Amino acid sequence: MKSLKVESALMAVVKYFVCAIMLVVIAVPLYISVMGGFKSTGQLRAEPMGVPDPFYAKQYVDLLTGAQGSFWRELGNSVVIGLGTVAVVIAVGTFAAYALARIPFKLNSLLYGYFQLGLLFPLAVAILPLYLQLRTFKLLDTRIGVILPQAAFQLAMMLMLLRGFFKGIPDELEEAAAIDGYGRFGFLFRIVVPLSTPILATVGVITLVTSWNNFFTPLLVFNSLKKFTLPMGVMDFMGQHASDWNMILAFLTLAMVPAVILYVFCQKYIVAGLTGGAVKG
Amino acid sequence: MGKASFLTLAVLLGPALILFTAFVIIPVFEAAAFSFYKWNGLGPMVDFRGLQNYAQFLKDLIVHKALLHNLLIAVVSLAVELPLAMLLALIVSDRSFKGSIFFRTFFFLPYVLSEVITGVLWQFIYHPQYGLVKAVWAFLFPQAVAPALLGNTSTVIWAILVVVVWKYFGFHMTIYIAGLQDIPQEQIEAAKIDGASRWRTFWSIILPGMRTSVQLSVFFSIIGSFQLFDIVWAMGKGDPVNAGETIVTYMYKIGLQRFNIGYGGTIAVCIFFICLVFNVFYQKLLVRED
Repeated sequence: MKSLKVESALMAVVKYFVCAIMLVVIAVPLYISVMGGFKSTGQLRAEPMGVPDPFYAKQYVDLLTGAQGSFWRELGNSVVIGLGTVAVVIAVGTFAAYALARIPFKLNSLLYGYFQLGLLFPLAVAILPLYLQLRTFKLLDTRIGVILPQAAFQLAMMLMLLRGFFKGIPDELEEAAAIDGYGRFGFLFRIVVPLSTPILATVGVITLVTSWNNFFTPLLVFNSLKKFTLPMGVMDFMGQHASDWNMILAFLTLAMVPAVILYVFCQKYIVAGLTGGAVKG
Repeated sequence: MGKASFLTLAVLLGPALILFTAFVIIPVFEAAAFSFYKWNGLGPMVDFRGLQNYAQFLKDLIVHKALLHNLLIAVVSLAVELPLAMLLALIVSDRSFKGSIFFRTFFFLPYVLSEVITGVLWQFIYHPQYGLVKAVWAFLFPQAVAPALLGNTSTVIWAILVVVVWKYFGFHMTIYIAGLQDIPQEQIEAAKIDGASRWRTFWSIILPGMRTSVQLSVFFSIIGSFQLFDIVWAMGKGDPVNAGETIVTYMYKIGLQRFNIGYGGTIAVCIFFICLVFNVFYQKLLVRED
């Protein structure tokens, strides 16, 4: 018995060792970013890894007060684009998924298959025509021109998640609702939607994160600096402050904060949406 | 509730159909149409070239280079990233392992960060005058000048690969953790009592039990490898001299920087077919194995 104990203790040591290495691998770049923002360029050159001595908060202060860059405006733009995309995906997706999950009609499975095609088409394939199309619709350099394509490309995956969940709602509830005099829309709004808050939260959070990190669509659509989102802002800021790496790192750190906060608070929904839905789909 | 009226269905499905058709389906087919023309995106599309763009695609040395890079990314994902993700999943899925929740949360963190932020951050890390590489180099070889990994044609793709693994392994780990939860704990216990080694238990019980998760993560990592754009763009746009180019960065340059929409469309169609062919073969393979 004793050897087993020794073995499992040894195993635990190995496991913690592996985890510790990965921890360091992930933490060091983040540490460099946070600390680098507090250094002067000279400190950064002399001591890229050390703790800044003394701390220069100027970079962060300048960015937060708007003396350098336009962090708040870009943050605001990212929020507007993100929430807009979430609103469109939830509204359009809930309606369509409800019909596909709970209403029998001739073209049902054909239509579902049509939407599933979206899983095969990456944004990259459509990007050139999309650009020309947005130009024709006069949607270039508009927020709606980013929101609509983002929502459209998110739709296939989100319909899959929503439809799966809506299918699981027991038929008895629908019959009871019919007896109470609810029509299809009454059932949708009073029963299905309240019962589906977990999946709606998952869809919302994933769409928000995807939109938040999306660089390709805004890069394609936006021309005026005033509309740039955070990822674009980061690229632009870097172009303008090519050698002020302390400034760039401070900007990066600030730009990471919202995503990290969102992740910490909504981790459950993000992980559920990316894995649960995918594994069962 | 019986049959639904046409109006009900139109209200429910109409918006999604319009949105999806206008911004996903039509552009994809348009790309296919463009691919037969020489066109700069302005004026009428009249210069029909038949399969000429496709012939150019097959001969284009940068295309070969870019596709090779995509393939390399796929291979490294399968050979390094997924086994790493599996190892970590096996460790942190055990709830009696102290700190498992913390490790899980932390390992997934890079996945949540934007590709652009990740890319720029790593540009700094690789920076020969400031970054981590410089610090490590100064420690190992005090006299030598640190290499510019992103500026050197023979190292840039490997430097990008490190970042890809850094950013995405947590995603695959999370898929595996979800898969591990579906394996009955009794089976593993039973194997242990029978005296099976950990290695044996892994190969004959755990791995087969995680089939779906593994299939899924293989699928995501290969498709993802062929669609990589943001990270590469943020780490030097595929340069120097196309040494970091992927097929999507090349398409972007051709289509929206040089405004050769026709040839860009050809590249887009080929990306789509590569993904489609892979998808069909993969499904077939899986069906046969079942």
